[in-house]
Amino acid sequence: MHEQVTETSTRPPVGAMEELGRDPASRKRFLRMVGGAGAACVFATFLAACNGGSDDEDQSGAEGESSAGPAASPAGGVAATKEPQPDPKAGTTDLEILGYALAVEQLENAFYADVLDSGLFRGADLNMIEQFAENEREHLELLEATVEKLGGEVLAAPKTKFPLTSPANALRLAAELENGGAAAYLGQANRIRSKEVLAAALSIHSVEARHAATLNSLAGLPPEPQGAFAVPASMEQVLTSVQRFIVT
Amino acid sequence: MAHANTRVPDSTAVQVHGFTRGAFILRSALAVGAVSGIGAVGPFVGRAVAQDSESDGDAEILNFALSLEYLEADFYRQALELDLSAESAALARRLGAHERDHIAALIDVIDTVGGTPTKEPTFSFPINDEASFLELAQTLEETGVSAYNGAALSIESPEVLAAAGQIVQIEARHAADIAAARAQPPAPKAFDESLEMAPVLEAVQPFIKS
Repeated sequence: MHEQVTETSTRPPVGAMEELGRDPASRKRFLRMVGGAGAACVFATFLAACNGGSDDEDQSGAEGESSAGPAASPAGGVAATKEPQPDPKAGTTDLEILGYALAVEQLENAFYADVLDSGLFRGADLNMIEQFAENEREHLELLEATVEKLGGEVLAAPKTKFPLTSPANALRLAAELENGGAAAYLGQANRIRSKEVLAAALSIHSVEARHAATLNSLAGLPPEPQGAFAVPASMEQVLTSVQRFIVT
Repeated sequence: MAHANTRVPDSTAVQVHGFTRGAFILRSALAVGAVSGIGAVGPFVGRAVAQDSESDGDAEILNFALSLEYLEADFYRQALELDLSAESAALARRLGAHERDHIAALIDVIDTVGGTPTKEPTFSFPINDEASFLELAQTLEETGVSAYNGAALSIESPEVLAAAGQIVQIEARHAADIAAARAQPPAPKAFDESLEMAPVLEAVQPFIKS
């Protein structure tokens, strides 16, 4: 883990990361967000990925405002190219990725708990939400167990607040979180080293995708908003997008 | 709603009234493959990794995926010849278009890794109405998800794995779309299953005419 720390000092942070790096409050918030094992190392890795620690991130707009995720190809196709690519695994460990996934699942669990408390849903919609909440609870359990198995520490979930004002609003928010969750897992899949961790991540990824498609439909959005190829999201994209739900 | 400690592979409960041998075998393959979850991931990984000994493994996996995409794309094409509701026809058109895009992308990726894309076979599907279409669509998409999730574990190249991930997420969304159309739970389990290549290929064999 320590070699990544030295890489981070080669270039100054940019964009959202610059803010996180400079502002102690947002850095603290982020560290709470990533929750899982070795939070400080995750942060260092995160900076490394943003600052040239990996070229593929640079090419595909991690520095800019590209709407596509790091591994997305320009024409909405798939990511594979003929040119030799830098190793996407460089500068990260499975434990860090698991800590990140755990933070995503903690957020989703907190969200569904609030939705179920809100009393906004009944009947078939309520049954569906209960099922999805149960799925997310099992994801959380698996990730916690895996983090502990790998010698990491499971930190408490961050404090969250979700604007649940109406069923329609809650469905849109649920869709946003589940699409984000699916994109988050997709963004990490080819950075995972252990086959066992990869198998777990993939078995969760496609369930997040099922949730996302269902919620999109209920929220009046296309179930496959990105067409035939899902677009991955990087850690920084995901963590930036969920920051508004984190209470400090 | 399965409790974590009593998680039972739901596919074992899948109906096996078997309107065709192919569909029956597919269901059986899914049932056999229904070993996902915390305890069962390990043994499967061992077998999946054991499959992967050649350096041209990625091309082989990609051709396996291409075969499944050929199957799915032609399935939706044939479904559109049936008398479907407007909703089901729209579903078949949208999902079929995605599968054709997957075919084109997989052929590109196979070329990229120096492989030879497999030729498209001709298919025959036991569908004759909306219900049989949706039922087999569900089975095929569930198979697709499990097949990609299983095959992905043997992929060597990070770029190929990323591409497979971009596709499997769409297959999973399709499975949820079809479940919704059938008034079935879209995500009945917390963890999707993985399947190895061999049982999947065996299961789809009855749909291949030539």
